[in-house]
Amino acid sequence: MSGKKLFIDFAYSLGAVFFALLLGGVLIHLSGYDVREAYLSFFDGAFGNVYNLANTLMMTIPLIFTGLAVAVGFQAGLFNVGGEGQLYLGALASALAALFVRGLPPVLHIALALAAGALAGGLWALVPGYLKARTGAHEVITTIMFNYVGILLVAFLVKEYFKEPGRADQTSMIPASARIPELIPDSRLTWALFLGMLAILAVDYLLKNTSLGYEIQAVGQNLPAAEYAGIDARARMTVSMLLSGMIAGLAGSTMVLGVLHRFINNFSPGYGYTGIAVAVLARNKPWGILPAALLFGALQSGGMSMQLFARIPMDLMTLVQGLVILLVAAPALLEILAASRRRPKEVTPDGRDPDGHLQHQ
Amino acid sequence: MAEILTAIFNTSNLSATVRMATPIALAAMGGSFSERSGVINLGLEGMILSGAFAGVLGSYISGNPWLGVLLAVAAGGMMGLILAFFAVGLKADHVVSGVGLNIFALGLTTWLMQVIWKSRGTSEAVAGLKEVSLPLIRDVPVLGAILGTNSPLVYLMLILVFLGWAVLFRTPWGLRIRVVGEHPEAADTLGIKVHRIQYACVVLSGCLAGLGGAYLSLGQLNWFSMNMSAGRGYMALAANIFGQWNPLGGLLASFLFSFTDALQMRIQAAGIAWPNEVIQMLPYLLTVAVLAGAVIRSRPPAALGRHYEPGRNT
Repeated sequence: MSGKKLFIDFAYSLGAVFFALLLGGVLIHLSGYDVREAYLSFFDGAFGNVYNLANTLMMTIPLIFTGLAVAVGFQAGLFNVGGEGQLYLGALASALAALFVRGLPPVLHIALALAAGALAGGLWALVPGYLKARTGAHEVITTIMFNYVGILLVAFLVKEYFKEPGRADQTSMIPASARIPELIPDSRLTWALFLGMLAILAVDYLLKNTSLGYEIQAVGQNLPAAEYAGIDARARMTVSMLLSGMIAGLAGSTMVLGVLHRFINNFSPGYGYTGIAVAVLARNKPWGILPAALLFGALQSGGMSMQLFARIPMDLMTLVQGLVILLVAAPALLEILAASRRRPKEVTPDGRDPDGHLQHQ
Repeated sequence: MAEILTAIFNTSNLSATVRMATPIALAAMGGSFSERSGVINLGLEGMILSGAFAGVLGSYISGNPWLGVLLAVAAGGMMGLILAFFAVGLKADHVVSGVGLNIFALGLTTWLMQVIWKSRGTSEAVAGLKEVSLPLIRDVPVLGAILGTNSPLVYLMLILVFLGWAVLFRTPWGLRIRVVGEHPEAADTLGIKVHRIQYACVVLSGCLAGLGGAYLSLGQLNWFSMNMSAGRGYMALAANIFGQWNPLGGLLASFLFSFTDALQMRIQAAGIAWPNEVIQMLPYLLTVAVLAGAVIRSRPPAALGRHYEPGRNT
C-alpha cells in the first residue's frame, strides 16, 4: 500500500473518531450534563497522570488481543463476532490451569495458563468456523449465539464446581507463580502489554512471510480464485477461525493472570465487542491494531472516570464505538468528502475523463 | 418421561410458543424484505432493541401504550434508515455496518435509559398493552386455548406475516423487490430504481423489527431492560434463512425458537432439576443447529450483499 493511501486512511479514521466523539458531546449536552466537566474528567481519566495512563494501557491490552482476533478472521473473509465468548472461555481455562497445576516455576506456570486460555478460546471459535466451512452457516450469527452459550457455560461451571465459598460467583485467587508481573509498581499494568505486541508481531509475520498466511489472505480476498489455485479454502477458513479464537482467548487470560488474579463472572465490560471497533478502525492491519486499541483503551478508562466524577453513564462509549464502525466501514463517505473539494471531472461518452483515464467500468 | 412430555405438549405451552414467536417472526419478515432486495440485514437486533425502548418511552410519556407502539415502529424504521444510508447509500459492507448498528443501538438505548430513568437495569413500569379475546375462536376447543386470548400484537403479527407473503410473492411490488435482489442490472434496465427499493425494504424491515420490539417491552412485560432483545434479531435472521427468505417460512421457523423459549419456562415451572444456565442455552444452541442444517439446501438472493451503482454496470 502506498504511503499516501495509508495517510489518507489514517486521517479519515481519525476524522471518524473525532466526529463520533463530537456527536457524543452533543448527546451529553442534550441530556443536560456539563460538556466541559465531561471532557475534563474524560481526559484526566485517560491520560491525567501516570497512574491513569497505566490504567489506560491496562485496558488497551485485552483490546489488542480481541482486535487482533477480529482482524485475523477478516483476513480470511470471516467476521468473528464471538470474541466476547471466546474471551470468557479463555479466562476460565487460564484460571483453572493456574489454580489446579501446582509446583511449576513462575514463567512456566504463566506459559501453561496462557496456553490453556488460548486453547479454550480457539476451541470455542473452532465450532462456528467448522460449521461455516462445512455448511455455510453464517459465522456472525453462530459466533454471537456462541457468546451467549459460552457466557452461560462459564457462569454455570463457576457456580457449580469452581466457586470460592462466599457470595460472589468467582474462583479463589490464583497462586503468585501464575501472575503476570507488573510493569509499573502499584499499577495494574503488566508485562502482558509486550505479550500483546508479540502477538501482533507473530500475526504480521504469519501473514507476510508464511504460505499459510498467504493462503488465508487469498481465501479472504477472492474465494473462487483461491480454490481454483488449489487452496483448500475450507481448511484455511477453519484454521483462521481457530487462530482468531485463540487470540481472543488470550485476552481473557491476560485479564485473569495480570489484573484480576481470579476468574470473576461478568468481568468483561465488552472487550470482545470493542475488539470489532478496534479491528475495523485498524482496517485489519496487524500494526494498526496497536494505536486503535490504545484509542479505545483511552475511551474505556476515560469513560469510567467520566462516569465516576461527572456522573455520565459510560454506555455512551458503546454508542461511540458503533458510530466509529459505521463511519469507517463506509468507503464512499471518503469519496464524497474528497469529491466535494474538487470540481467534478467531465466524462466523455466513452467513459474517459479529460486526462484520458477510464472512469468506471 | 411422561411428565416431561405432558409438560411440553399442552395447550398453554403451545399458546406461549405462538406468543413468543411474535418478535422473532416480525423481525424475520423484515429480514425477508431486506434480503430479498439484496441487503443483508444483521441490524435486526438493534432494530428490535430500539423498538422495545421507544415503545416504553412512548407509553411513559403519553400514558397510551398504542402511541408507544407507534413510536417503536418509527424508531425501528429510523434504525433501518441509518443502516440503508450506510449499507446502500455509502456502500459500506452490509455485515460490518449491521453489527455496527447493533452496537450503536445498544449504547444508545442503555444510555437513554439511564438519562431518563436513572437506572442501568430496567426502566420504570409503564402502561402495557391489554390482552384481547376473540369471540368465536376462543370457544373452539384446542384452538381457543392456543389462540383465543392474546396480546393484540400477536394477531397483528399473524396478519402482517400473511400480508407480507402476499406482497412479496403475489404483487408487482414484490416482483420488483425480488428482481432487485436477484439481478439489479436487469432491474435497472427495466427502469426500476434499485436504491429506492432497497432503502424502502430496509426501512420497512426496521419498522417490522421495531414492532417486534414493542411486543417484547409492551406486550410481554411492561418495562424496558438493558439489551432486552438478547439475540432475537440474530435468531430472526436465522429463521428467515431457514424459512427460505419467505415470511411464512420465517413464521414457521420462529415457532421453533419460541418453542424452546416456552419450553425453558415450562421446565423451570415443572420443577425439573436442570440448571438454569443450561436451560437458557437451548434457544441459542438451536439457532446454531438450525442454521447449520438449513443453509446447505438454501439459495439466497443472487445479489445479496453486493453494492450496485445505478447506470454503471451496464
